[in-house]
Amino acid sequence: MKKKLSYLLATSALAAGILAGCSPKGDSGASSDEIKFGVNLELSGQVASYGQSLESGIDLAIDEINADGGIDGKKIVPVKVDNKSDLTEATNGALKLIEQDKVSAIIGAATSGDTVAQVQIANDKQTVLLTPSGTAPNVTVNDDGSVNEYAFRTSFIDPFQGNVAANFATEKLNIKKAAIFADSASDYAKGLAAAFKETFTANGGEIVSEEAYVAKDTDFNSTLTRIKGENPEFVFIPGYYEEVGLIIKQAREMGITVPFMGADGWDSPKLIELAGAENLNNTYITNHYSSEDPDENIQKFVSAFNDKYSKSPDAFNALGYDSVYLLKDAIERAGSTDSEKVKDALAETKDLSLITGVVTIDENHNPIKSATVLEYKDGKQVFNSKVNP
Amino acid sequence: MEWIQQLVNGISLGSIYALIALGYTMVYGIIKLINFAHGDVFMIGSFIGFYSITGWGLSFFPALIVSMAACAVFGVIIERIAYKRLRNATRIAALITAIGVSLLIEYVFIYFRGAGLVAYPNVLPTKTFEIFGAQISSKSLLILGTSVTLMLILQFIVHKTKTGKAMRAVSHDMDAARLMGINVDRTISATFAIGSALAGAAGVIFGAYYTKIEPLMGVIPGLKAFVAAVLGGIGIIPGAMVGGLILGLVETIVSALGFSLWRDAAAFIILILILIFRPSGILGKNTKEKV
Repeated sequence: MKKKLSYLLATSALAAGILAGCSPKGDSGASSDEIKFGVNLELSGQVASYGQSLESGIDLAIDEINADGGIDGKKIVPVKVDNKSDLTEATNGALKLIEQDKVSAIIGAATSGDTVAQVQIANDKQTVLLTPSGTAPNVTVNDDGSVNEYAFRTSFIDPFQGNVAANFATEKLNIKKAAIFADSASDYAKGLAAAFKETFTANGGEIVSEEAYVAKDTDFNSTLTRIKGENPEFVFIPGYYEEVGLIIKQAREMGITVPFMGADGWDSPKLIELAGAENLNNTYITNHYSSEDPDENIQKFVSAFNDKYSKSPDAFNALGYDSVYLLKDAIERAGSTDSEKVKDALAETKDLSLITGVVTIDENHNPIKSATVLEYKDGKQVFNSKVNP
Repeated sequence: MEWIQQLVNGISLGSIYALIALGYTMVYGIIKLINFAHGDVFMIGSFIGFYSITGWGLSFFPALIVSMAACAVFGVIIERIAYKRLRNATRIAALITAIGVSLLIEYVFIYFRGAGLVAYPNVLPTKTFEIFGAQISSKSLLILGTSVTLMLILQFIVHKTKTGKAMRAVSHDMDAARLMGINVDRTISATFAIGSALAGAAGVIFGAYYTKIEPLMGVIPGLKAFVAAVLGGIGIIPGAMVGGLILGLVETIVSALGFSLWRDAAAFIILILILIFRPSGILGKNTKEKV
């Protein structure tokens, strides 16, 4: 009898222990005095440089807001997941953040592909997903034209960058014959290439060569030789820095001296290391912002960033920073962290002044704001001009 | 002249494949093992070159030699630890071990260093020559010259030195070689050392030519070099050179015709075709199994 009783006690204690172990996970963050933001980023892997840059921007914004008393008195607590630049890991990460950590919203991922991998879950589980830098249209709008209710972005979309690049080429550089060399596997590059082609031909230009490469390639010589044979006056290379750096280097060594242009996918210090500073002369990118912009708010952000990380912020830093403020604004206007209210408030964002421009969210959950054209001069990005939508 | 330039592109790419393929083929020739860790020795060689250039301020050729020496030691260590005790095991056991070693090297390296990429410093002069209207960079010529020199040295070692003679004897018949008083273990180690040194050299050349290196960089070039070795006839040293050059040229031609997205597919289609129609490779002889 005694034995039985102690056995019973032991099992019940064990069960209680297990239950106790479970309960913190079961708690929703909403009731306490903190707001959990999920951060699902490419902290390692192929495009780690974007993820890490966004992370420092996000950290800075959260520190600032918490030091300032948080959102309606609640502190923001980031819960970070490294998706290793991998689609499956991004999906798993979103599931973990929503189911286990019960976050109020997810910020991420850096690339369109890794964000699209999370959209379905965000919609199903009704959690706001805000990508700081995913610029492909299909993040927020499906192919059939329906809007993903819970997906938002802080950056502008690909077609806009493609349009800006095409207009810049025709109006500022007087280009008539252009070539396109795009990453065949990424939605981002395909979206940009299509938009560039459409606007450029509408402006009266001619696309003389359209080539593609596969991500992770290292040898572009043979395709570049082909492009060179068509004598383009300008080459548009939508893609990510890892390949673009090698392409520019190999192209310049081959004697292709015409201007190259790309978009925010180029924006990484690694690009300069890979391509070499002098090879980057006479190349341009469209981007979200420039740290050289004389605007007062931008300069305030630049010096705050400098104090924390002792370097000047790039566009990804700024977008990560802006994403947190965009969510903060929506949660304040919604008056709660209830997903449905936050989602509606985000969709109604109007004339919100952020670092990367004055943002109004349109009916497709895309922000309307300005783009900046930067030029590389001896390995430095130099502010060239600002283009409004 | 576009096609001359394409030819140079193809030969440069092919000579890197050939250097890696040599290590595959030498090891296969002597112990009938497909050493899948070879691509990772190539990666390690590339990083050793990188660190000796950035850390010690070496120029290209000293870095090449440091990397070759370090890789030779590394190759021998791999052989001693992983493969030696499997010498009499089934071939499939040795093959699976080789894959295991490959993954071990990759992920231990990532664990300690991280998976990020780095850019190789500019160690080669970048001048462009015009030859028959084609722009040929001094870099590709230098790389071509280095590869060819290394292959000539290898031919010399294999055919004119005692070690080379021992290697040929062991690959021909291990037991008979042992009876003739050849130290088989030492000969096998020498083979691994030479093959790994070539992989290390290929790593430094790859880094200097293509700039970008990262911990998983050995996987695809390793597989392509394996295709090149099979294409030329695995186990035959000139076969690896021929196979590497053909593969490089085919890939370049495929891209030059505008099918750049099919380039990798082309390499593996060649592997399949060779295995179906001429399993012993271009320079291989059809030998009948004796029962």
